[in-house]
Amino acid sequence: MIPENLKYMESHEWAKQEDDIATIGISDYAQSEIQDIVYVELPEVGTQLTQKTEFGVIESVKAAFDLYAPVSGEVIEVNESLLDTPEQVNESPYDEGWFLKIRMTDTSELDALLDADSYHAHIEAEHA
Amino acid sequence: MKKTPLYQVHKSLNAKFTEFGGWEMPIQYSSIVTEHLAVRSIVGLFDLSHMGEIEVSGQGANELVQKLSTNDVSRLSDGRVLYTLFCNEIGGIVDDLLVYRHADHHYMLVVNAANIEKDLAWMESCNDTGAEVKDMSEETALIALQGPKAIALLNPFVPERDVSEIPYFRFTAGEVAGVPTVISRTGYTGEVGFELYVPAADAERLWTALYPPVIAAGGQPVGLGARDTLRLEAGLRLYGVDMNDDTNPFEVGLGRFVKFKNRQFIGKNALFAQKRKGIAKQMIGFQMLDRAVARAGYAIYHGNERVGSVTSGAPSPSLKCSIGFASIESQAVSENEKIDVEIRGKLHPAKIVEVPFLSKGT
Repeated sequence: MIPENLKYMESHEWAKQEDDIATIGISDYAQSEIQDIVYVELPEVGTQLTQKTEFGVIESVKAAFDLYAPVSGEVIEVNESLLDTPEQVNESPYDEGWFLKIRMTDTSELDALLDADSYHAHIEAEHA
Repeated sequence: MKKTPLYQVHKSLNAKFTEFGGWEMPIQYSSIVTEHLAVRSIVGLFDLSHMGEIEVSGQGANELVQKLSTNDVSRLSDGRVLYTLFCNEIGGIVDDLLVYRHADHHYMLVVNAANIEKDLAWMESCNDTGAEVKDMSEETALIALQGPKAIALLNPFVPERDVSEIPYFRFTAGEVAGVPTVISRTGYTGEVGFELYVPAADAERLWTALYPPVIAAGGQPVGLGARDTLRLEAGLRLYGVDMNDDTNPFEVGLGRFVKFKNRQFIGKNALFAQKRKGIAKQMIGFQMLDRAVARAGYAIYHGNERVGSVTSGAPSPSLKCSIGFASIESQAVSENEKIDVEIRGKLHPAKIVEVPFLSKGT
């Protein structure tokens, strides 16, 4: 499941644009590979993120996985419900399982990300 | 990489694979949590054919196994299994293993997959008793059936006896689904269960016989991922992670498997001296008090002082919190005291708890 209206990173994070605000999370493919998510560590509101740098960590039973920012900007909202119910990332990666909302410093950064078709091709290549 | 005789079976079940001790092994089939909980509540089927089997036989076999083992092998009678360690001259752990006594001067040793070559070389270098040491790992497959339903599931395949009558840590030679099998009431999960040693050529036949009733009962094939979380909850150490050639048995809480009395074994003098002097490190079990996950290598703090590090750590699917073993300075902390685990630069609270983390019948 790869929604058409999102932009993707090769490291499997997605970004959804609404004006200069981006909501970010991880793809359905990523959650199905990681499985059994038990903990999500996210930055605090006000943190400045830089595109393609680490901003948090997901822990599954198996291992820890770094999260990378799809865009640069300031964290304006954090999905606090993931603290108590991290399994929402497995159950609803594009809706209840979102991580952060970021006020983008440069919306053109989104152009550097993959669209749904390219991301699909990227997964196929990774899986082959 | 080496493959077990069941490799194609795992492929056809869409298993994910990982490298472990030089073997390409299934790490999971469905999900680690699903497989783990299936073993705790119903049953799981494991391919453990990567484990090493070494036969020791002939005149001098008793003496060789006894001299290599920290535990007292002379206490074994035929059909019994003993957990022991091999230690080197300075008391470091060469391997941990199971000793099966088939008969006087006839044993099967079951060793860790990554240590097969090392153990064989070690046994060879210590063999002045004339015993014959034979690596049977290639021709032996190991399938485990673990979980509360294991007895009920296995019994229909063993016409000549009731497997519930095999006590824990005993074994019998028989047939399972027509395959010649060493049926062993042992396991690495803390559950009731069996480990079934069969000729490699018959492994697929046995797996194929057991698989349908396992699935029909709600059980799962189980990979090394859940094997690791199961053994951790059951308080069982893993060689190469919780212990190695540089740790002695006391430091990792395995002192009860060192028997000094009325016997000689390799490492005895060093271990006796270490025990008298006092052991600098101890292994503790801990439980995280928040949702963070402690993993191997993370630092343990008591107050401001670093007192040790995590050796094994993972989220416990049964307990719904993270647990682990840590090697810490002796007397640094006592039970139920609070410690902290440093995770990505931040301290997270944990408490020392009793091991095993989870206690069930075996």
